[in-house]
Amino acid sequence: MQKILLIAKKDLKMYFSSPIAYVVISVFLLLMGWMFFNLLSFFQQQMAQFSAMSFGNKPTLSDAVIRPLFGNMNVILLFVAPFITMRLLAEERKDHTVELLFTAPIKPLTIILGKFLSALALIGIMLALSFVYPVILAFASKPDLGVIFGCYLGLFFVACTYVAVGLYWSACTENQIVAAVLSFGTLLFFWLISWAAHQAGPVWSDILNHLSIIGHYSNFSQGIIDTTDIIYYLSVVGFALFLAHTTFDSNQWG
Amino acid sequence: MIEVRELCKTYNERKAVDNVSFSVAKGEILGFLGPNGAGKSTTMKILSGFISATSGSASINGYDVKKNPIGAKSSIGYLPENPPVYGTMEVEDYLVFAARLHGLEKSKTKAAVRDAMEKCGIYDVRQRLIGNLSKGYRQRVGLAQALAHNPPVLILDEPTVGLDPKQIIEIRNLIQSLGGSHTVILSTHILPEVQATCNRVVVIDQGKVVAVDTLDGIANRMQANIRLLLNLKNDPNPILQKLQKLEGVLSAAILPSGMKDNREHKIAIECAKGFDVRAEVAEICVQEKLGLLAFTQEKLSLEDAFVKLITKDVGYNDETRELYKN
Repeated sequence: MQKILLIAKKDLKMYFSSPIAYVVISVFLLLMGWMFFNLLSFFQQQMAQFSAMSFGNKPTLSDAVIRPLFGNMNVILLFVAPFITMRLLAEERKDHTVELLFTAPIKPLTIILGKFLSALALIGIMLALSFVYPVILAFASKPDLGVIFGCYLGLFFVACTYVAVGLYWSACTENQIVAAVLSFGTLLFFWLISWAAHQAGPVWSDILNHLSIIGHYSNFSQGIIDTTDIIYYLSVVGFALFLAHTTFDSNQWG
Repeated sequence: MIEVRELCKTYNERKAVDNVSFSVAKGEILGFLGPNGAGKSTTMKILSGFISATSGSASINGYDVKKNPIGAKSSIGYLPENPPVYGTMEVEDYLVFAARLHGLEKSKTKAAVRDAMEKCGIYDVRQRLIGNLSKGYRQRVGLAQALAHNPPVLILDEPTVGLDPKQIIEIRNLIQSLGGSHTVILSTHILPEVQATCNRVVVIDQGKVVAVDTLDGIANRMQANIRLLLNLKNDPNPILQKLQKLEGVLSAAILPSGMKDNREHKIAIECAKGFDVRAEVAEICVQEKLGLLAFTQEKLSLEDAFVKLITKDVGYNDETRELYKN
């Protein structure tokens, strides 16, 4: 456990000793800020229209700002996560530093978990910084705290999935670009996998819907915490980490 | 301390390490000598637990590297071919990380890292990014990494590559001082390095062990014949017969002279091992008034022995050699 944290700490530090962390965080926050601003001004317009005409449903902060904001955050994470995870193992192998890790008296699983935690911690920092938007909302109005909590919890599980899949591809190659493209492709495919559900038969449509990364997130964004969704994310993360571990461990047989 | 038994490593069809066996006693410094691509690094990677052997076994400090990798790995400090350093880390941070990774307690780490940095001469650059250091410094950071947690066994793959001559001497002295308290295996293709540091040497070529011996043993073994070279003022033709009749002399021949006017004549005498005919030869030259100008004994140097060892066919045919080349 101590060694897992040692590796996680080292890798997190390395994100900040190279430009990666700063670039990723600032791009993320810039895009988020732009979206937040636009969602908020659009919401304001809708509110003005509603009070002038007193017609239809009153727009809510949750529907008009919070859910779209976190939904967009999820999309940005989908784009950004592969760039965060691509270096985790690929770089170690390219720079031969994997020899240090592999010849130290630790198990390969320790390395995998340490790497997983380091990338997750960086995304955690990004999510923590995004907390500024709910705080701003809380000053101006009364946002639904349950929805905000649900969105954050959902994003946390989604981020775990992104990192685990990215880590697997980083274990497969020495080339960081290849790792990033394959992670992005895999993740996007599992986002869109439910598209085929409409045409598929009853059994298959259930299966495809269940496999979708985004489908399980929508419950969280409603403020509903369902164990089905949590189990889905945990099993995907577990499976991806298992594959990453097996691939990484098999390097020594090469 | 280190036991290697019939170790083999096959990549596809090619045998990188072929039936290698040797053992190293506690406190001994063993040199692993061979040309590039001989299988030195592969053997060391197997010993360090970085890759697995195809067959055979190896144990370090009593731990089998396959069955008890954690035990074996905690007994070694390993410097691979390419120093495993992170370019974006500072020297000291990196060494602390490596030492802690090898299980050194937090309270002891700082002093141990400082000690290793001083030994390797990198204390002055401890706060610089490793990526900004020269090759020689990076190599020494890698060496400090292997030493920092004070392991009983050190596996050093070409530890002096990229160092300047002064640093080479310093590092060799350092390695020598580690003998006795540490068991060291170091690989190199540079002969003087072995001469300067090692007690015993394993010569490896094309994946096979060609010789395991002390340095003198190898030089002696290869030194089959002794060659005497004479420079004479007068024509030595009349005495050739006489020289050939001396006991132990295998041949005596006139060498083509480099001088146009043939004012100086050279002859070469080959003697069998264990015969010393220098006194007799000198006496004959003086008796015949040949005008002895120079008289040297050619001794087969370790370098020659090494070259002879690895160029001679040792138990395998030209066919495998050709395969290897391709």
